[in-house]
Amino acid sequence: MRSKTETKKAHEPLFHVVKRDELSGIKSILVRAIAILAAIVVSSLVVVIAEKVNPVGYFKSMFRGAFSTPTLFWSFLHEAALLLCVAIALTPAFKMRFWNIGGEGQVLVGGLASIACMFYLGGKVPNVLLWVLIIVSGLLAGAVWAVLPALCKAKWNTNETLFTLMMNYIAIQLVCFCLDTWVKSGSGVLEPMHGYGLPSVGNKWLLNILIILALTVFMFIYLRFSKHGYEISVVGESENTARYIGINVKKVIIRTVLISGMLCGLAGVLICGGINHTISTTAAKGRGFTAILVSWLAKFNPLYMMLTSILIVFFQVGAIQVKSDFNISDVADITTAIILFFIVGCEFFIRYKIVFKKHGHKEAVNND
Amino acid sequence: MIEFLAQSVRTGMTFLYGSTGETLTEKSGHLNLGLPGIMSAGAAFGCAVEYAYGSAVGKLYVNPFIAVILPIVVSFIGGMLMGLIYCFFTVTLHANQNVTGLILTTLGTGLTGYIISKTHSFAFAAKYFTKPLPFAKDLGWFGKLFLSYGILVYLALAIAIISSIILSKTRVGLNIRAVGENPATADAAGINVTRYRYITTMIGSGIAGIGGLCYIMDNLFGSWEYTIEAMGWLAIALVIFTVWKPNIGIFGSILFGMLYNASAYIKNISFAQTDLIEMLPYAVTIIVLIITSARKRRENQPPAHLGLSYFREDR
Repeated sequence: MRSKTETKKAHEPLFHVVKRDELSGIKSILVRAIAILAAIVVSSLVVVIAEKVNPVGYFKSMFRGAFSTPTLFWSFLHEAALLLCVAIALTPAFKMRFWNIGGEGQVLVGGLASIACMFYLGGKVPNVLLWVLIIVSGLLAGAVWAVLPALCKAKWNTNETLFTLMMNYIAIQLVCFCLDTWVKSGSGVLEPMHGYGLPSVGNKWLLNILIILALTVFMFIYLRFSKHGYEISVVGESENTARYIGINVKKVIIRTVLISGMLCGLAGVLICGGINHTISTTAAKGRGFTAILVSWLAKFNPLYMMLTSILIVFFQVGAIQVKSDFNISDVADITTAIILFFIVGCEFFIRYKIVFKKHGHKEAVNND
Repeated sequence: MIEFLAQSVRTGMTFLYGSTGETLTEKSGHLNLGLPGIMSAGAAFGCAVEYAYGSAVGKLYVNPFIAVILPIVVSFIGGMLMGLIYCFFTVTLHANQNVTGLILTTLGTGLTGYIISKTHSFAFAAKYFTKPLPFAKDLGWFGKLFLSYGILVYLALAIAIISSIILSKTRVGLNIRAVGENPATADAAGINVTRYRYITTMIGSGIAGIGGLCYIMDNLFGSWEYTIEAMGWLAIALVIFTVWKPNIGIFGSILFGMLYNASAYIKNISFAQTDLIEMLPYAVTIIVLIITSARKRRENQPPAHLGLSYFREDR
C-alpha cells in the first residue's frame, strides 16, 4: 500500500470495488427493503406515465389482485406455493453449482406423465391406484428429464445450462405431440378430466399448499443437517476439495439432480393432476425460469424462498389485476422485470462495497 | 422445392442474426440467456420507430430508403441498450449471468407485447424490406435462390462473415477470445476485460436486435407475432450447433430454417408429425452438444469462462 502512494501520479480511478465480509443481518435486510421500495416506485412510475393511470388507484389495484376476495387470496397463495415448489426443487442443484434451467421442461413432463395416466387409465383402475400411478409416473418423468443432462455432465462435463435449456423445448414439443395424438378433433385442447384427479382437502388449493410447505421444511433440513446436504455444498464450493476428502462427485451430481428433477415432476403433478386435470404447453407458466430467481434471491435458503416467491407472485397477480381494472395494455412483464432488476442489483451492495478515493495521500483503508 | 429453400434461407437469417450476436457475446464469456428478449426488444424498438415514421408522413408517402435504414439502426441501438443493461448487471454489479439474462428476456418480451398492443401492421414498410435484387426474376431458379431476397438477408450474411473474420483472424478477435477463455490471464496481458466484455456484448446484442426486426419484416411481411421469443431460443441452440463459429452459422441457420419450415411444405402431414419435426432442431443441438463435449476437441469447446463473471480481486 505504501508503494502505491508513491506511484500514484498517473491515472487513478475515482473509486474501486472491494468484496466485503457478510453484511450484518439488519443492514442487509435494510438494503433489500430499500431496493424493493425503489423498485415499486420506479415500476409504478412507468405504468403511471406510460398509461396515465392514477397512482393511488394503481396501488389499490395491486393489492386487490391478491387480497380482495377469499378465492383470489387462496389462488394467490397457491400460485406462490407452486412457484415455491419449483424453486425448492431447483435449489439442491443450484447449491451444487449445477445450473438446472430445465425446470420448465421437468415440470411439463411431470404433468404430462400424470395426465397420460389419467387419459389411459382413468376409470379403468380404482381411483386410489390411479392416484399412486399419477404421482409415481410424474416423479419418474421429471427425474428422467433432469438426469439425462446430469449423466452427460458427470461423464463428459457437458454444459448443463445449455443441455437443460434445450430439454425444455423438447418437453414442449412432446406435449404438443401428445395433445395432437390424443385429441381427435385436432384442436389441441384436452378437455379437463375432472373426477380422475388427485383428491383435495378443504378447498381445491389447500392440499397442494400443505404438501409444498412440508416439502419446504424437509428441503431445509435436508440441505442444512443431512450428510447429503453437506456433500452438495462441498461439491458446489469446490469439486477438487470434494474429491480430496473422498466424496464421489459424479454420484453426488447424479443423485442431487435426480432429486431436483423428481421434485420438479411433483410440481407438474400438483399443477396438472391436482388442479387443472388437463395439460397445455403453457401449464408450467414460466415457473421453471421464475423459480431460478426465487431460489437465487433467497440465497438458496428454502425458508427465505417462501418470502421471495410470495413477493414475486404478489407483483405478478397485482399486475394482472391492474391490467383488467384500468383496461390498459399488458405491462406485467415489464414491471416484473424492473422489480427483479432492482432486487438483483441490490445484491451488489450487500456483497461488495465501493471505496472512494480520498483526497490527499491517504489510502482508504478497510478496517474490517 | 426452390420455394422451400428460398423460404428457409429467409427464416434462417433471423436465426443467423441471433446466433452471430450470441456467438460474439459468448466468445467474450457471457452466456446471454436474454437473447430472446433482446431480439424481441430490437423488433419492438425498430417497429415503434417505423410506426412513428409511418404515421408522421403518412403510410403511402414514406421514403423507401429511410423506411428501411431507420428501423435497422434503431433495432441495432435497441439491442445495444439491452446489452448495456446486461453488461451493467453482470460486469459492473457482478450479478449472476443466467439470472440477469432471464430477467432481460422477460423485459424484452414484455416490451414487444406492449408495442404490439399499440401498433398495427407494417406491411407498408415490409414491402421495401423484401424488395429483391433487380435481375432476380430473369434468372430462373438461380435468381430465385440467390437474388430474390431483401436487404436484411444479405446484411445477415455480411455480418456473419465479418464477425467470423474478426474473431478468427484479427488481434481484436484474439483478445475477445482471450477474455472469454481466461479473463485473469487476459487482464494480466493488459487487455481491458471490462471494456472488451461491454463492447463485444453490446455489439452482439445489437446484431441480435436486427434479427428481431428481420423476423417481423422479412418473414412475417410486417405482421406482429409473439413468436420472436421462440426464435431466440432456437438461435441460442444454433450457437451450440455451430460450435461457436459464425461462418458455420450460415449453413446451420439455413438448415434450422429448413427444419422450421419443413412441415409447411410436406403434403398430408398430421399435426402430431409436425410437432415431431419441430422438435428436431433442439434434439440435434443436444446431440451436437454431447458429441463436442465427449470428443473434447479443443477448438469446438464452449469458451472456458462462459457464464462466469470476473472480479479481479477474486483468487
